[in-house]
Amino acid sequence: MIWTAFAFYVFAFFTVFAAVMVIFARNPVHSVLYLILAFFNAAALFLLAGAEFLALLLLIVYVGAVMVLFLFVVMMLDIDFVALREGFARYLPIGLIIGLLLIAELMVVATSASVLPGAPLDVALPFAKFIGMDNTQALGTVLYTDFVYPFQIAGLILLVAMIGAIVLTLRHRPDARRQKIGEQVRRDPARAVRLVHLAPGEGLGQTESD
Amino acid sequence: MEIGINHYLGLGAILFALGVFGVFLNRKNVIIILMSVELMLLAVNINFVAFSAALHDLMGQVFTMFVLTVAAAEAAIGLAILVVYFRNRGSIEVEDINQMRG
Repeated sequence: MIWTAFAFYVFAFFTVFAAVMVIFARNPVHSVLYLILAFFNAAALFLLAGAEFLALLLLIVYVGAVMVLFLFVVMMLDIDFVALREGFARYLPIGLIIGLLLIAELMVVATSASVLPGAPLDVALPFAKFIGMDNTQALGTVLYTDFVYPFQIAGLILLVAMIGAIVLTLRHRPDARRQKIGEQVRRDPARAVRLVHLAPGEGLGQTESD
Repeated sequence: MEIGINHYLGLGAILFALGVFGVFLNRKNVIIILMSVELMLLAVNINFVAFSAALHDLMGQVFTMFVLTVAAAEAAIGLAILVVYFRNRGSIEVEDINQMRG
């Protein structure tokens, strides 16, 4: 039990440290990397709380896809990041006040005895309906029966996001030469070849106008 | 020295406040603001998982999955808008985003 507590404090400390560094890092690439560190430690905390499937989901889907997307965008945009930090000191007091206020309020709620008084996170105890199943199996059992409609809607949201991102970023450049299959197939000698009568000694001059 | 739900809730509170703090601090940089929103969503997820483990109810973990889904969609759309905006204006300063006079 002491090792669980030790592991919790280690992972929680690194999560908070990484979150602080996300905000304060000078280089946004470093920010993204610290965010990845925060997600790794949060995944370890999920494991401690018994949510194994979600922990691996967080690592594979979130760190593997979404954070890499962030990294690509940060690296692709050619931005003067120093200029973006100008208002830093100006917003520090109001941000500090609101942040501390929020943290105080949430701490009062989180540590108050009215929230599940003294409830330990008893991971070993199985969820009532799913005795003998592991976490992934139990989650799948619920997800494909009780939550099948929300699950489909979640898939639809992802589809809409995918189509939206493609539509937003796709652009047709007019100067790019593309293949037009239909026109190329329809092309025949009558339209493609033109006979021009030229007097000897003269060039094509202005007659060429295709 | 037992780790209870209160420890997890405290961690979630700290992470959420850090996210709000980040939004206020980096008012100009949209990318950092998006990352702060991700931090806030992570705090929410930690709370959900903690309650799920303490109440022995799987619904918290199911909802966490949906939150992750929506967060992924939000990040994709947000970054796409960011790329289009940068292509049009050549900057990502929040204060430049006033074309719609909102």
